[in-house]
Amino acid sequence: MKARVFVTLKAGVLDPQGKAIHHALEGLGFSGVNDVRAGKLIELDLAESTSESDVEEMCRKLLANTVIENFRIERMETA
Amino acid sequence: MNSAVIVFPGSNCDRDLATALELVTGRKPAMVWHRDSELPDGTDFIGLPGGFSYGDYLRSGAMAARSPIMRAVKDAAGRGVPVIGICNGFQVLTETGLLPGALMRNAGISFVCRPVPLKVENSQTLFTAQYDAGEVVTFPVAHHDGNFQADSATLDRLEGEGRVAFRYQDEVNGSARNIAGILNDAGNVLGLMPHPERAVEPAHGGMDGRRLFEGLLETIAA
Repeated sequence: MKARVFVTLKAGVLDPQGKAIHHALEGLGFSGVNDVRAGKLIELDLAESTSESDVEEMCRKLLANTVIENFRIERMETA
Repeated sequence: MNSAVIVFPGSNCDRDLATALELVTGRKPAMVWHRDSELPDGTDFIGLPGGFSYGDYLRSGAMAARSPIMRAVKDAAGRGVPVIGICNGFQVLTETGLLPGALMRNAGISFVCRPVPLKVENSQTLFTAQYDAGEVVTFPVAHHDGNFQADSATLDRLEGEGRVAFRYQDEVNGSARNIAGILNDAGNVLGLMPHPERAVEPAHGGMDGRRLFEGLLETIAA
């Protein structure tokens, strides 16, 4: 089965890369951009027996630095 | 003093650190590969060098921190063996939890590469014993992810307990409270973004880093 993990900076943590992207969008002429924050998508192709808590443990132990990042897991059921 | 320098795939300041240690201690450090599970017997000082371990993939120092050798490094640190983490090494130390906080992308976005003035905030540590309290020294920095961040309770505790070892004297990377280097609770683990090993001989243009290693030698060899 597949899972997607979204890793994002916690609210309130400064995101200079997001700001740089914001400025670049404005430079391209997009005026309605209020804020930009950039995160990561990690796609996992996992054995069917992998549990939700296994994936959470992967997130806590490696995929996200919980000092500064949050994570969200999306389980994709394969047909 | 029997030093061990840990080498991760992508470390590139391991030889500079080894050179500095050999210069000061007269002994070549053991270069220990990250996949080893043991440190050499009698290791009394461990260095985690700068560089780009694992290409900074995922997060700087994240995967290096999960290397097999880090179990032995954590155990040694727990027994009081002095450990220094320089630049990428500091990132590895925060990723293992041996030091609090996290190193994030520099606030100014750019990679910063220049000599910077640092104030020695605590001269009573085994790393800073040969500096005067409040002395301003110069070490070079070379990093993209040197922005030290932690929650305010942690920052207050670090300050209150004298665990801020070095502080930037001007704006370098946006680090909270301009913190350049910190110690663990027990005072035997130091993490810092600047490179003392690049300021130990005349050709470096500055030798302020030498006394960090001389101080260590004096304590450990005693």
